[in-house]
Amino acid sequence: MKFLSEYRDPELARQYFEEIRRVTTKPWTLMEICGGQTHSLVRNGILDLLPDKITMVHGPGCPVCVTSISVIDEAIHLAQKENVILCSFGDMLRVPGSSKSLLEVKSAGADVRILYSPLEAVQLAQQSPEKEVVFFAVGFETTAPANALSVIQADKLGVTNYSILASHVLVPPAMEALLSDPENKIDGFLAAGHVCTIMGMEEYYPIAEKYKTPIVVTGFEPLDLLQGILMTVMQLEKGEYKVENQYARSVQREGNRLAKDSIGKVFTIDDRQWRGIGSIPQSGYEVNERYKKYNARLKFDLNIPLAEENKACISGDIMKGLKKPVQCPNFGTLCKPEHPLGAPMVSSEGACAAYYHYSDKNN
Amino acid sequence: MCLAIPGKILSIIPKTDETFRMGKVSFGGITKEVNLSMVPDAAVNDYVLVHVGVAISRIDEEEAKLTFEYLKQIGETNELNDE
Ligand code: SF4
Repeated sequence: MKFLSEYRDPELARQYFEEIRRVTTKPWTLMEICGGQTHSLVRNGILDLLPDKITMVHGPGCPVCVTSISVIDEAIHLAQKENVILCSFGDMLRVPGSSKSLLEVKSAGADVRILYSPLEAVQLAQQSPEKEVVFFAVGFETTAPANALSVIQADKLGVTNYSILASHVLVPPAMEALLSDPENKIDGFLAAGHVCTIMGMEEYYPIAEKYKTPIVVTGFEPLDLLQGILMTVMQLEKGEYKVENQYARSVQREGNRLAKDSIGKVFTIDDRQWRGIGSIPQSGYEVNERYKKYNARLKFDLNIPLAEENKACISGDIMKGLKKPVQCPNFGTLCKPEHPLGAPMVSSEGACAAYYHYSDKNN
Repeated sequence: MCLAIPGKILSIIPKTDETFRMGKVSFGGITKEVNLSMVPDAAVNDYVLVHVGVAISRIDEEEAKLTFEYLKQIGETNELNDE
């Protein structure tokens, strides 16, 4: 158990494992929502040390994994325009679209830039008045305030050559879609700590109630995850379904009001296509009417057809909690991080890449 | 890219419009300019969680240090070195 030395407190970790083993009497399937949590569970070998009765399945909380092929195609289409600088978070570059990735069009000469923050894209637009700067605004609720702020700033500065390609996805509607699936196997959720830092916990109460499913807001470090798992299992064993907060050192019940305000100012809730999962009603943010001149889809009159997904990739079943990455026939053979067939093999937060990199701990 | 990284506010650059409130934030020695408009109470020497250039919450010092160490171990602080 060499890796336990990476825990904040290995002794405490051991006690948590012990306690989880003690309270678990029935088989339970828990899903962690966030890709950062998946990475941490796999990397730290937690999956191996949990009792056999507990199955962890890996949720859709990785923007690289769920951004639909058509949206990648939209970004590629924009990047190939003569006067456009397409800016993106680095993780998105290697994700395959319907025929290529952003990295490939960049190598072929398109002006694609990796930025750390959307606010840098607004500065870039100020410095390049002869160009159109588009920010590829992907992400969950955690990222939405920064993307919204970039639009608010551009508007206040009178920057007209800036726009965003919004592909925001929202956690609660995705949880509902998974829970209402007839094949659903999920008994309890670890909700994503940083999403709730922004949004708070209110949205989760009706879901826990309606589906009688415990939801524990959890951080992403090994001890957080162990505590979150323990809290969820204790509820399940007692037949409870409450919303609890393991990550109170960052999450307040009401979230961050100012961050939510900026989201509300710029975005409207819309249906969204999730890669591997399909369309989920009211599950994404699009730029609203008030700020429509910053919406790249309208500005460039984008009309990209819905693309077929690669049938060889079973990422949808993985993110629904029905299968594990190692059950994919292409895992580690046709599909590897160097040549990914599907998105979860691209980012280290994707379940397939996490299993691939730390596979010795999961075989 | 989904995680937020803790850093310490070294200085605050005052702006008349709150939307543009910026500060210099140190992440284990790497300094970056960060937007502080969503944490209006945060002051110099406070620790904040920063996600893609925007501070999203205040946290205490002990917590910030432990979290930063963990993120460094797992390579999640690399995005700070991108430029
Ligand atoms: S291993 Fe590759 S092909 Fe299989 S589900 Fe994962 S990303 Fe898709």
